[in-house]
Amino acid sequence: MNGFWAILARDLHLARAESGGALLAVQFFALGVLLFPLGLGPEPGMLSRLGGGLLAVMALLATLLALDRLFQQDHEDGTLDLLRTSPAPLWTVALGKALAHWLLTGGPIILVAPLLGIVLQMSWPAIGGLLAALALGTPTLSLVGAIGASATIGARRSGVLLALLVLPLYIPVLIFMSGTVTAAETGLAFGAHVSILGALLLLSLVLAPWAAAVALRQIGE
Amino acid sequence: MAEFFAMGGYAVYIWPAYGVAAGVIVGLFVWSWRGLAKAERAEAALGKRERRRAPKVERT
Amino acid sequence: MTASTPSSEQPAVRGSALHRFANPARFLRLSRAVQPWLLAITLPCLIAGLYFSLVKSPIDYQQKDTVRIMYVHVPAAWMAMFGYSTLAIASAIGLIWKHPLADLAGKAAAPIGAGFTVIALATGSLWGKPTWGTWWVWDARLTSVVVLLFLYLGYMALWNAFEQPQRAAKAAAVLALVGAVNLPIIKFSVDWWNTLHQPASISRIGTPAIDPAMLTPLLLMAVAYLGLFLLLLLVRMRVELAERRVMALQLARSRAGEGR
Repeated sequence: MNGFWAILARDLHLARAESGGALLAVQFFALGVLLFPLGLGPEPGMLSRLGGGLLAVMALLATLLALDRLFQQDHEDGTLDLLRTSPAPLWTVALGKALAHWLLTGGPIILVAPLLGIVLQMSWPAIGGLLAALALGTPTLSLVGAIGASATIGARRSGVLLALLVLPLYIPVLIFMSGTVTAAETGLAFGAHVSILGALLLLSLVLAPWAAAVALRQIGE
Repeated sequence: MAEFFAMGGYAVYIWPAYGVAAGVIVGLFVWSWRGLAKAERAEAALGKRERRRAPKVERT
Repeated sequence: MTASTPSSEQPAVRGSALHRFANPARFLRLSRAVQPWLLAITLPCLIAGLYFSLVKSPIDYQQKDTVRIMYVHVPAAWMAMFGYSTLAIASAIGLIWKHPLADLAGKAAAPIGAGFTVIALATGSLWGKPTWGTWWVWDARLTSVVVLLFLYLGYMALWNAFEQPQRAAKAAAVLALVGAVNLPIIKFSVDWWNTLHQPASISRIGTPAIDPAMLTPLLLMAVAYLGLFLLLLLVRMRVELAERRVMALQLARSRAGEGR
């Protein structure tokens, strides 16, 4: 697991060196959410009804933003080639990168979400449900996103292509994240939604690093 | 005959449905055949140029 | 010159049955042999299917003539799923056994599958308007089919996104398999979402119980669609192989031009 910690530490260090560039995703998240009241009107009740789904969708899009750079820089400066030939298995590299990505996007999103929930006039149970949903959902998004990122290294229009590839895969997470918020408000089937989100996370933890490693290996062949 | 085409009043749904199905399938065939013809033409042209060029390369 | 090998690396498993068809020339010979048989099965089924669908089959008690759309819609949905399965299996064979034609089979199948998906969506919509009153319904099956279309489009976009076809092939294969794993999960989630958001008063949209008289046109059209899919697949494989040969010639030509 040495490779895992090394990758994680390196990515976080590099992100800090960018002085604020790494937190662009959460800024996009907040700004995007704020656009909706402006676009839809501040009608009482409507925003709070839409809030859960809206925040979930914006979390998806914000997570996507930081994804295409996940492996791009390492590919360009040759680090990826070194990593491929190093003794550390590629799946630990992918896992480390995904975790670093989550710490820099999903984590801040979770921290900012309650504020935005208040702005959208969501109820406290709903905001609680939102936090649970994001806590379980955003790591899955980073993990699945890593698969897409590894498959599109060096591709033309990789940013948009990545979105096109990964968004269909995000749909189950989206459905259950927003379902969790609704369930928290109505009190029905909250446990079921959370369990399914947990199951999706576990599935991604097991399969995503491996799939990303397969894709990473193909670059050199 | 007119009754057949009217399809109990639902003609405006039924015929376009069959039309879309036919159109897409025929379209796929046409696109594929044209692609094949184009590729085979390009292959023939390149093959000819290869044979014509070969003597020049050997001289240099 | 030494004996030519298939254009990519040597097959990893020697003597495997599949690798008998690894040689493109042999594959082309096989496809030319199979084509007349396919045609002989497809055309009669298509003609008979159309006859039964449009003329002979009874009209449904509730849906009247619009049930005739089912005969072009349901087989299309089946082919959309079949197409993606073909794509996924081809991708797996390409990744695991490195069969040289497997990736191309996936690339060839994708536009065909996507086409049938479009047919399924369009005919589904045209069936829905007279039956349920709206052009689009957020029903679990229709929504899953839209997602399937995007999976196809993403796969095809990946093939076009790289300079090197080998790189594109592997990337597309990984995504195809991830999509295949995801499809049942997506279907399950959309089903769930549908039950969450569907008010109890709206009746579930189910397929009508199939009258045996309706099975005949349905099965005939299904066989016809399958035959058409396979015929299209053979043509597209020939296109892909021809384009690959053109690229190889162009590469050789540019190298010769550089005096190598």
